[in-house]
Amino acid sequence: MILQTSIVIAFAMMSLAMLLNLWRLVRGPDTPDRILALDTLFINTIALLVLGGIHFDSNVYFEAALVLAMMGFIGTAAFCKYLLRGDIIE
Amino acid sequence: MLIEILVSLFLLIGAGFALIGSIGLVRLPDFFTRLHGPTKATTLGIGGMLIASMIYFSVQTGQLSLHELLVALFLFMTAPVSAHLLAKAALHLKVRSIRPYPVESENREGR
Amino acid sequence: MSRWMPHPLMSLTLALVWLLLANDFGLGQLLLGLLFGLLIPHFTSAFWPEHPRLRRPLLLTRYLLSLAKDIITANLQVARLVLGPRDRLRPAFIQYELELTDEFAITVLASTVSLTPGTVSADLSIDRRTLLIHSLDVSDRDALCHQIRTRYEAPLKEIFR
Repeated sequence: MILQTSIVIAFAMMSLAMLLNLWRLVRGPDTPDRILALDTLFINTIALLVLGGIHFDSNVYFEAALVLAMMGFIGTAAFCKYLLRGDIIE
Repeated sequence: MLIEILVSLFLLIGAGFALIGSIGLVRLPDFFTRLHGPTKATTLGIGGMLIASMIYFSVQTGQLSLHELLVALFLFMTAPVSAHLLAKAALHLKVRSIRPYPVESENREGR
Repeated sequence: MSRWMPHPLMSLTLALVWLLLANDFGLGQLLLGLLFGLLIPHFTSAFWPEHPRLRRPLLLTRYLLSLAKDIITANLQVARLVLGPRDRLRPAFIQYELELTDEFAITVLASTVSLTPGTVSADLSIDRRTLLIHSLDVSDRDALCHQIRTRYEAPLKEIFR
């Protein structure tokens, strides 16, 4: 009972956090801001997946979280490299 | 019962830190200050959630569930690297900052 | 030893990661993990020309524990700054003179700086002598540099000597 309530509260907090990230993603004003917002959105999605795993009492969300963690980092690194060098694979 | 409270506590702490990091992302005045919110608070937020998940599944299935540690370790290793890359990109692009830029920019690496 | 186990630490890490990934700590998975730990460094050792010199593993453990504590205090501090009034922020760029020379040690120091109180490492100069740090709330530059030097750089110098 306590757990169910706090899961719902945590879901609400994470949704709010992701909406704030989305606002920064749309608003900018600079490209690094947008990349940072996207990176944070990735990390918050991982948190949401972990939360979902506990809520649905299932272990299958873990692999998705792990893959997302890697994709998020690689995406951020690639975007930054592009901004710095104008190219990703040289 | 005790486990339930413990899991709830870690979940709420985690979600709280994630939310604070995101608030920082919206609220702080320029890019370099905004960089601090997500890299620290959000990473710790995830840490809290993963601890909650570890406790929950260890108790639920009756055997040790530690694979959440992998995600946590990975994030704690990559968060500083992506923050560093982002700061470097922002310095390179001369993003608007509320504080003056450091001098001697010729000495900076272009990579 | 060096031919079959070019990177003993990496072998151990790989075995551990396999166990965590499988989330099953039985004997079978342990053997499989150790097999991967032996084979993967063996076939990829050409890509890892440099061996990080880890001199004091015990000291590293203590360093990581104190780092974990600092990360939590760092977060409370950042949380206070984020939620507090905006004009209380005193952000600044700081040039930090490095004493470390080993590349891997510098990487660890830069990551540490990024994870701890109100600071993010932003850039490393070409000659690898100065680290550019952005800090969220600076009242005393010298105090901050001193803190980084005694708290993080000195132990790292011991560990990766």
